[in-house]
Amino acid sequence: MLTNFGKYLLFIQSLFARGEAARIIFNRTIDEAILIGINSIVIVAIVSTFIGAVTCVQISYNLTNALIPRSTIGFMVREMTLLELAPTITSIVLAGKVGSNIAGGLGTMKITEQVDALEVMGINSASYLVLPKIMASVLVFPMLVIIAMFLSIGGGFVAGALSGEITPQEYISGIRGEFVPYNILFALIKSVVFAFLISSISSFQGYKTDGGALEVGEASTKAVTNSVIAVLVADFVLAQLLL
Amino acid sequence: MIEIHNIHKSFGGKKVLDGVSGIFETGKTNLLLGASGTGKSVLLKCIVGLIKPDIGSVTFDGTYYTNNKLDIRQEIRRKIGMLFQGSALFDSMNVEQNVEFPLRMLTNMSKSERMDRVNFCLSRVGLENANHKMPSEISGGMKKRVGIARAIAPNCTYLFCDEPNSGLDPQTAITIDELIKEITEEYNITTIIVTHDMNSVIEIGDKIMFLYKGKKLWEGNSVEIMETDIKELNDFIFANRLMRDAKKVEDERAEEERL
Repeated sequence: MLTNFGKYLLFIQSLFARGEAARIIFNRTIDEAILIGINSIVIVAIVSTFIGAVTCVQISYNLTNALIPRSTIGFMVREMTLLELAPTITSIVLAGKVGSNIAGGLGTMKITEQVDALEVMGINSASYLVLPKIMASVLVFPMLVIIAMFLSIGGGFVAGALSGEITPQEYISGIRGEFVPYNILFALIKSVVFAFLISSISSFQGYKTDGGALEVGEASTKAVTNSVIAVLVADFVLAQLLL
Repeated sequence: MIEIHNIHKSFGGKKVLDGVSGIFETGKTNLLLGASGTGKSVLLKCIVGLIKPDIGSVTFDGTYYTNNKLDIRQEIRRKIGMLFQGSALFDSMNVEQNVEFPLRMLTNMSKSERMDRVNFCLSRVGLENANHKMPSEISGGMKKRVGIARAIAPNCTYLFCDEPNSGLDPQTAITIDELIKEITEEYNITTIIVTHDMNSVIEIGDKIMFLYKGKKLWEGNSVEIMETDIKELNDFIFANRLMRDAKKVEDERAEEERL
């Protein structure tokens, strides 16, 4: 495990060893950002809307004390969404979607000698292929998390109103009460860290693929599992450090 | 001219290359010949720098390459064109973009200059109307042609081909071989081809190096190879029934002439 961690650090270092021209990296980053954003937005929207809805219904189910105002449901949905659900669940979903895509794509390029073809041309393949993916993820993940925040809170609103558990006025009153703007910043910091971890770990797994189609599949699986574990560990560490 | 000296390479204790030395001449098709698993592809990758040899050195036209400074190695690499066994075309790009890629990355050519060069290279390999086809839409032979076009696009000085005719029908294989030889002579470049195909040896083998169990066992040209008395080389050449029959006829004719 330590050997792998050392190799991962060396891999990250190699991204900056002899970088390609800034113009090339910039153009590729924009291309990758569009791909990651467009390909992920539907799944992020579906997951976050339903998570918000389910959170609202379950809080309502557990909130049986008549002394607690119903607007607390809106408040709790907002707090859970901002602090945990939007950044972490979105990142875990993206670890599956984006992480496996990155690892599979790079792994296939590796076993079909496309990476060697870049190296022979004198191009730093790690920098050319991986750096734009990491930069694009770091750029796009916070945007997706912001979308997830809105949709999750919106999902809670719709679910609460449709089920009759909470009136729209109560819900809006709840989500507006005792708002701490730092929580948004905290969520965005988390999403940037998670984006870096997911994209770099997945790239590392894809880039060290050797063999054939079976190994590409294994690399994708490892990319997702390792990314999810890294996200959860980082989630705990960031909560300890920043809250 | 490319010179290799005393190349050794092992993987996990298994010796793959054992002190291989030789000279590959400019303007000639130099063949690395040998059975599967004798270290031909590893030697080719050691020469281009994709694998670092444990011991030994590679020199490109007098410039030391193997462990030289990064910028010098980069400069040499930018003169290298390589055709991979599976062509290694970039899946996400069409034929035109594949050939344009090294020009976009390695030169300061304008878009129109790049397109002129791309079209020239594609017409040189006989693919005038395939610009917008994706790699998944073209045949194995066409992929090899695109690979050659991409390799020669930035005016390479050294061309490396890893089994250029593997997986191709005999007719297409000969066409690819002839194309590589024509390009080598036309642009006076140094070409090294890894092969285990005796047709290639006969058709285009200006200079042949025979590898056996990681060692250089024999060196010569396509005429000399037929007259050698090295058992391992003869076993390789005449493993094919057609070659054995041809040899038998040749021997009988020689015997009749002698009598």
